Amino acid sequence: MRVLWFGRWLRAGAAAMVPAGPPRAAAELLAHLERLALVDFRDAEGVERLQKAIQFADRLQEVNTDGVEPMDSVLEDRCLYLREDNVTEGNCTKELLKNAREKVEEYFVAPPGNIPLPKLDEQETFLQGS
Amino acid sequence: QVSVALKEGQVTPTQLCQRCLALIRSTKFLNAYITVAEETALKQAEESEKRYRRGQPLGVLDGIPVSVKDNFNTAGIETTCASNMLKGYISPYNATVVQKLLDQGAVLLGKTNLDEFAMGSGSTDGVFGPVRNPWSYSRQYKEKSVSKSHSEDEESNWVITGGSSGGSAAAVSSFTCFAALGSDTGGSTRNPAAHCGVVGLKPTYGLISRHGLIPLVNSMDVPGILTRCVDDAAVVLGSIAGHDPKDSTTIQDNFMPFELPDLTDVSKLSIGIPKEYHAPGLSSEILALWSKAADLFKDAGAKVIEVSLPHTRYSIVCYHVLCTAEVASNMARFDGLEYGHRSDMNESTESMYAATRREGFNDVVRGRILSGNYFLLKQNYENYFIKAQKVRRLIANDFVKVFRSGVDILLTPTTLSDAVPYMEFIKEDNRTRSTQDDILTQAANMAGLPAVSVPTALSEKGLPVGLQFIGRSFQEKQLLTIAKWFEKQVKFPMIQLEEVKRLDHGVFQHQKSASFS
Repeated sequence: MRVLWFGRWLRAGAAAMVPAGPPRAAAELLAHLERLALVDFRDAEGVERLQKAIQFADRLQEVNTDGVEPMDSVLEDRCLYLREDNVTEGNCTKELLKNAREKVEEYFVAPPGNIPLPKLDEQETFLQGS
Repeated sequence: QVSVALKEGQVTPTQLCQRCLALIRSTKFLNAYITVAEETALKQAEESEKRYRRGQPLGVLDGIPVSVKDNFNTAGIETTCASNMLKGYISPYNATVVQKLLDQGAVLLGKTNLDEFAMGSGSTDGVFGPVRNPWSYSRQYKEKSVSKSHSEDEESNWVITGGSSGGSAAAVSSFTCFAALGSDTGGSTRNPAAHCGVVGLKPTYGLISRHGLIPLVNSMDVPGILTRCVDDAAVVLGSIAGHDPKDSTTIQDNFMPFELPDLTDVSKLSIGIPKEYHAPGLSSEILALWSKAADLFKDAGAKVIEVSLPHTRYSIVCYHVLCTAEVASNMARFDGLEYGHRSDMNESTESMYAATRREGFNDVVRGRILSGNYFLLKQNYENYFIKAQKVRRLIANDFVKVFRSGVDILLTPTTLSDAVPYMEFIKEDNRTRSTQDDILTQAANMAGLPAVSVPTALSEKGLPVGLQFIGRSFQEKQLLTIAKWFEKQVKFPMIQLEEVKRLDHGVFQHQKSASFS
């Protein structure tokens, strides 16, 4: 089962579709993004979508923001409220576990960790293995 | 009016519930509902009936059928967000707003359709298919549409509802429920409200709890309210607003539910008309309606002045960056381990996550996650994310300046045109469409201000058009009072649907103006 499509079409000579230089994304950058986000572009259309998104966002540079503070929240003038650290509800282990597909007793089961995603050149062998 | 009918025993909650359920069944082609909770709804209706018989209803909302957008958690009912990622996910808890409605005795009919994860402006991108606008089947639209061959047009000419709370808007508009909850991040409640001819209220950010609403953009999301008239919106607002200890972004001020006074004198009001909202692409029909509305206020004695919000055209770019960035973060929780879809890939944790997310999300969602991650990269953080936050402050300041200069409320169009046919809508991709359609509604989300879309008139094609009022922070009472006055002046026509007429005995005759308050 394929994990990351990206390597496939890139090797198919689509490198021409990915011009270098800002604000265009270079091939390594795309692979890096895929790894960070853990979702893949799936095909050239996905990459183009990203490029269009970046071009669109570049319009922000037209605005003069000298001396302007970034705004995190519209409620910044008010104090944030934190509850008292008291337990008010809980004990719903069974309900919470109901939605997980793989579990053992009260544990969520995950496949082994610490195995990095295969790099681009290792794609082929990995695919054959799965 | 329906509430009065329930109190006087003219109709019972179970009868009401059954009629609504029957109507849902006959309007299935609208695809407004993802899940219809028949059994629980009937049970709730029975409980309500017992209360009425004892003479102890819980309030105005007791026994009233409502529906909720499918990105609110509802205990025991599937919550999918119209995505493969959450198909089959049954929430273990009720969102705070859902709980508040249930505590008031409302009958939850079901979960409505939306764009996947509330991303989109047409309600066309969910995995359960697009939602059809009930007005496509109304007599008003059919009379005006030029048809080559009748049967062909019915099937292919239907128009979209707008998004992303399209299912909720369609449900309210087609009389299958009396109120619906939506969510509003970039106009997702007001856009479909305008296209479906219903009232869409976006409250001030921080007024209503977001606990249980599956988050899209934490700093801009709010639950939205869709109803058939402004008074109803005020009633629903009264029952769900207020501080929630489970949501620390709700303000702590005491919220008092209010009744809307009948405004007779508007001469003390100052209405602002922001000139930047005359955006490129605004249809001439809507422009004319906008001017007519402004004249309506002027003739009634109010002060109508032109104002300027210079950074309006950047709000959509700003939204694009901030939204994708927050989405990238919020969607990270979907890894298949604790809930939702899980892929069969078992080689390693990371590959399992990657495969799960690839299978679970559609192109739109994945596109936004990737763009968001791009804008959050170390090398881009300053230029894009921080820059967008600065622009956001400029936009919010624009509004502050305008309101400080004495303007009470802003009047703007809600959408650029009336609803477009589905076949035309899908010619452009999701992001382009969102960019075009959200342009008039987005800025209110940026600044966290309350806004309401009121159905104004029918377009030349027989489809509804709405106008938007933007008010001061936390001044929903003033906003809705003015909206109510406006609603009375324009007398928006009722939809004439075959299916509704067939079931129209008793219950719906009670509503001349189709309200329950």
